[in-house]
Amino acid sequence: MSEEITVTTRPDVERRRGVWGALRTAVATPPAIIGLIVIGLFLLVSVFSPLIKPYSTSVPSCEVFEPPSGRHWLGCDDGGVDMLSLVLQGGQVSMFVGFTAAVIAIAIGAIFGVLSGYFGGWVDTVLMRITDYFMVIPQIVLMIVVAAVWGPSLNHVIMVIGFLMWTSTARVVRAQVKSLRERVYVRRAVSIGASHTRIILTHIVPQLGPLLIANTVLAITLAIFNETALAFLGLSDPTAVTWGTIMEHAFERGAISTGAWWAIVPAGLCVAALIVGCYLVGNSIEDGLNPRLRSSYLSTKSWRMRPLVGRGGDAL
Amino acid sequence: MRGYLWKRSLFAVVTIFVALTVNFVLFRVLPGDAVTRVSRIPNASPALKHALEVEFGLDKSLWEQYVLYLQQLCRGNLGVSFTNRQPVLGNLLEAFGNTLPMVTVGTVIAIAVGVAVGVYAAVRRNTLGDHVSTGVAVAFYAFPTQFLGMMLLILFAGVLPSVGMSDPFAVAMSPSEQFADVVRHMTLPVLTLVLTLYAENALIVRSAMLETLGEDYILTARAKGLSRRRIIWRYALRNAALPTITQVALSLGAVVSGSILVEVIFSWPGIGRALYDAVLQRDYPMLQGGFLVITVTVVVLNYLADLLYFRLDPRVAQ
Repeated sequence: MSEEITVTTRPDVERRRGVWGALRTAVATPPAIIGLIVIGLFLLVSVFSPLIKPYSTSVPSCEVFEPPSGRHWLGCDDGGVDMLSLVLQGGQVSMFVGFTAAVIAIAIGAIFGVLSGYFGGWVDTVLMRITDYFMVIPQIVLMIVVAAVWGPSLNHVIMVIGFLMWTSTARVVRAQVKSLRERVYVRRAVSIGASHTRIILTHIVPQLGPLLIANTVLAITLAIFNETALAFLGLSDPTAVTWGTIMEHAFERGAISTGAWWAIVPAGLCVAALIVGCYLVGNSIEDGLNPRLRSSYLSTKSWRMRPLVGRGGDAL
Repeated sequence: MRGYLWKRSLFAVVTIFVALTVNFVLFRVLPGDAVTRVSRIPNASPALKHALEVEFGLDKSLWEQYVLYLQQLCRGNLGVSFTNRQPVLGNLLEAFGNTLPMVTVGTVIAIAVGVAVGVYAAVRRNTLGDHVSTGVAVAFYAFPTQFLGMMLLILFAGVLPSVGMSDPFAVAMSPSEQFADVVRHMTLPVLTLVLTLYAENALIVRSAMLETLGEDYILTARAKGLSRRRIIWRYALRNAALPTITQVALSLGAVVSGSILVEVIFSWPGIGRALYDAVLQRDYPMLQGGFLVITVTVVVLNYLADLLYFRLDPRVAQ
């Protein structure tokens, strides 16, 4: 019965209730769908990259900086290695680094945010001072110093990025938890004697889900950026193939003076496409959770006197 | 009000102090002789080594070393560079002087362009103009800085100088020619920086404007019959400026990372390049010094943004 009813209501008009409903509405908007398709495509390709890459990434298969051709669609790098295979392989590693670092960052940010928002008082003060400090410090410089002192390795890159990128999540989550804590259902749970752990885990954390998802998706963009930046400065694992190291090798080994744009463009475009995908998804969810963005009192066209129209597309 | 200013000042001072300590701990407590000993300078004379060992008390306990480190820091002594055996502070000040004009020009242009694009997109919400300008901004936001820089290098190869800050072979130039030369050298780095930074600013301004345009006082202003221009620039943008300032101040870190990459690509002899060289050469005193200088600069700029915010919106003090 209830299924029939939901089918008859028009899903594009209906606004589902609650944060998870807002998430579902937001994910169904065109930008979010495009973003999800892009991310899905990249995930799929990177999972199957060992099977579909046409040449080996360690053995040369053509001339040095050979331009794109029928046999090598994206040309070759300075060692005569097929670019397409490199980009496919690099995507796998870059995305692994990006996703892992983002998950670490969001986990730390969520813990900081929930604890300081829920308990308040001195816990809040201490945790937020720490957050403020990490927020102000120029992260990439600290990353450079730590990566340089620890030595180049992919695990170090993941940890450095993950441990330094959690601050904005902590702030956002804290604000959200502070407001959730005052909601009636949470107070009722307190009044019937629920423990802190139970309230946090069953009443607060589920409400944070969509916010955390949006933050994670946006954190992936930053993590991938930082990976390419660290790789470009020679601080990533020199033996690993990532989108960052592909661009770094091209720059270091004279792709620019020989005009070999094909050694740079594919990796750069992949980074950009994946980041646009993540941005579209993350931003749609954030916008969906922010009711203030739904109305605008300034019409998009410059106005003249006209009869007042209803709440349509070009309403006041 | 006083309380707020004191709080922010105290926070800035504490942050700098923590950065100094982190700087000490990161380099001294970690294992590895080359890292821990500031006197391990390749090809240094025994006299220089001895002087550094006395200055930084390298044979003493860690705690005494920390106190000595702070004392030397107050005198501006950051050690001696491994690579050119000159005092680190002098090297850094020179590099900093080269970075400052390039980054300032780039950031200011990026903010101006970002505000213009963001306001335009918000006012034209959901029209073709909004979709195009926001789409372009998202695209530029998505390109890594080094990618944009390298593309500009390939596109403008031969048209604009791509390396360094001035023409090394040009001698006896008049001041105006010298200035023109620096401007020509600065074009590509500044352009790269602007393209990387404007997009984020535009997206921030757009969403801040969208939020203010939904406020009731905008409706009131319209009902009063104020002109569109006045509503946008006097009523909406003024309030949208507040979240924008916060966000832009927090994105100073992005400015730093962007300028490091730009300086590496265009061989600009600035502080980012110095940091990069220090990493390559394992020149730890320079690395330490560069970290300190950049951190202190960013903290100070954030502090100034706090003061500006307070000036614009005294409510934050409550």
